[in-house]
Amino acid sequence: MSAGVGVDLESLWIRFGDFVAVRDANVNINGGDFFSFLGPSGCGKTTILRAVSGFLEPSEGNVLIGGNNMKGIGPNKRPTALIFQNLALFPLMKVWENITFSMEIKGASAAERRKRADELLDMIALPGQGDKLPSELSGGQRQRVAIARALCAEPDVLLLDEPLSALDLKLRQHMRTELREIQQRVGITFIYITHDQGEALTMSDNIAVMRAGVIDQIADGKTIYNDPNTAFAASFVGENNVFRGKIKQVMGNEALIATNRSGELVARISTANQGKMKEGDDAMMFVRPEAFAIAPDGATGDHFVTARVNHEEFEGNVFNIFTEGEGGKEIKVSIPNHGQSFEDHTGQNITLEYETRNAVLVPAGELAAE
Amino acid sequence: MNNSFLRISIWVYLAIFFLYLLGPLVIMSITAFNSSEFPRMTPWECLTFQWFGELMQDQRILNGIKNSLIIGAGTVVLSVAMGLAGALLLTQIWPKLRATYYTIIIAPILIPGVVLGISTLVFWDRINRMLGLGADSFLSNGIFLTVIGQSTFIASYCMLVLVARLQRYDVALTEAALDLGASHAQAFRKILLPFMRPAIASAAVLAFLASFENYNTTTFTFGGYPTLTIELAQKVRYGITPAISALAFIIVALTVFFALLNEAKLKRQELVAAARKKATVEELAGKIKLPSFFAGNMAAVLLVVFAIATITVVGTATAYNPGQCIANVKEQKRLEAEERIQELRRQREERRKQNEAEQGGATQSAPKPSNNSGFGNVFAPNTLGGDEGTDEGEEGSNNDTQPSNNSGFGGAFDPNSLQND
Repeated sequence: MSAGVGVDLESLWIRFGDFVAVRDANVNINGGDFFSFLGPSGCGKTTILRAVSGFLEPSEGNVLIGGNNMKGIGPNKRPTALIFQNLALFPLMKVWENITFSMEIKGASAAERRKRADELLDMIALPGQGDKLPSELSGGQRQRVAIARALCAEPDVLLLDEPLSALDLKLRQHMRTELREIQQRVGITFIYITHDQGEALTMSDNIAVMRAGVIDQIADGKTIYNDPNTAFAASFVGENNVFRGKIKQVMGNEALIATNRSGELVARISTANQGKMKEGDDAMMFVRPEAFAIAPDGATGDHFVTARVNHEEFEGNVFNIFTEGEGGKEIKVSIPNHGQSFEDHTGQNITLEYETRNAVLVPAGELAAE
Repeated sequence: MNNSFLRISIWVYLAIFFLYLLGPLVIMSITAFNSSEFPRMTPWECLTFQWFGELMQDQRILNGIKNSLIIGAGTVVLSVAMGLAGALLLTQIWPKLRATYYTIIIAPILIPGVVLGISTLVFWDRINRMLGLGADSFLSNGIFLTVIGQSTFIASYCMLVLVARLQRYDVALTEAALDLGASHAQAFRKILLPFMRPAIASAAVLAFLASFENYNTTTFTFGGYPTLTIELAQKVRYGITPAISALAFIIVALTVFFALLNEAKLKRQELVAAARKKATVEELAGKIKLPSFFAGNMAAVLLVVFAIATITVVGTATAYNPGQCIANVKEQKRLEAEERIQELRRQREERRKQNEAEQGGATQSAPKPSNNSGFGNVFAPNTLGGDEGTDEGEEGSNNDTQPSNNSGFGGAFDPNSLQND
């Protein structure tokens, strides 16, 4: 399996009039990686993808594919293939004609195309469906045809623009696995655009978290989840409880925060911000719902929070406890279900505790909109 | 009670509406088969197909149809091309300019055809002179001018039809084609054009019909190539024959035929699509069993009925000879005329008797030689009346000569009417 072709974005700026869609993006994507751009809609991730595929010329900066500058090279001359958000299968062509469109352009014979289409149909587990029209396929089947069509062009880089967003949950989860498998089989670079952190986390080697045209963090999924750079990354990826406050004391990689409503709490300063935060700074502390545990009543200290239980729900794998801390602060707690007995706390006051390494401190900043 | 009244009124309304819509066409079609010299439905004389024959003999009409077809084809090509270009530009143009552009491109529809005709003529004449070409140059050719003149507004119709389809086009399809290595020309030819094909077909039909029926623009530009509408309009001046009805009937029949054909085809596609949806993978991989052409396809059934009816009628027409009927009608007419003459003669007789009776009482002699027999005193009114009577009588006797001869010999009718034939 080849190492694949890498993609580099160098100081990439994209402007539409006065509006800055992408601000100074610097990304190195390794060849053969499954790389995701993760961000809410309108954050500029699709714009980046269009710049890579060649539909959009960057205002400043360069797109390099395999080390070659792509400036002035049109989409039909780049070694990329794009899978559109709505798939953009050609509605009047049969499935096999769709898949081998790139061969038709190059003048391949019908027999040759038919043969290649059958191979690809086998690969995407749709054997014998070549003579159907795209409208006669189900959503998941169409999805796979779009992938086959893109792969038929034998691109070095496959670009995917939220291709799973139109599918239902079950199918989406199934396609995640399938996409990852296909990527590992063909060994080419995948660049994946999504607003669904679940997709990004499960499939990607590396993820770039984007907010309003700016890339906040580039790291693997585990790092982004456990050690976010910014308040946005912490709140956008996964669920998080945020505690606002001011830093009271910095102790190496840990700090004591005077929170607005929950007293003084201790937290670990996130890796990217270590050494940059000082006493008196506005900061935000993030604790994941599953990082809380129920402590014995009356326990006090810098890693205990008291709260009143509003209501509880059972989700199967976890019990969710929705509590209200002092001053009306909402805290969500998820207790994993090990089959233990679980008593109803509704209306009671409980004490929650967390481990310091699970409480991440970042500078105060914009949170992801709910 | 109230409900049934409502239902009845709806049916009555529909009946009136369709009568209003289709009545003229039906009557026109019927007159094509009446042997009367003037297109009319009553009195019905004879079933005849002679007007179709006469239509085929009419060189001016045939030439007009030929010119209409040539001009129609030219207009289709030019209008659809211009309409498609206009529609594509409308979707690409800077949004702020779009409304203005749309108004400009639609304006020719609102301008009277007469104005378009005159301005086409004047404009191209100007160009022709600027280029120093003669009056017989290509630019002053009737077909060229008519195609150009009609296309000025027909292209706008085409654009409206094409824009409607183009708005449903997903630009991502073109992008996908480009992304897969196609050039812009390939993407246009392989993706956009096939998508637009149904709309292009509609636009072409619309353009052809609009061109075929156009009169007021063409009337200025046709030059040496009168179209069918121009020829028809000119014919009206010299009086029309049911040959025009025959032409109308042919056009109506063709329209019905193509409408049914189209309907049947659409229905068939629907059925095929439905069958494919139901088909299993094995069926699709092997041979697709198409539903039979007629199953659940009302339009196809009607189409076949229509075709059989046409063949029957044409077959009958070639075998059918209305000569006897027409002869009978002629005789009927002649008899009627004779009766009228007899009537007149009788009236004249009566008048004469009346006159004689009155003149018998009078003493003064009349100025007329026939009445001068010693009756001198005639009052002025009576004299006038007598004059009229004799005038009519004279006319009647002039006409009398032939029929009265015939009336004596029953067998003489036939040869006479045959001669007239």
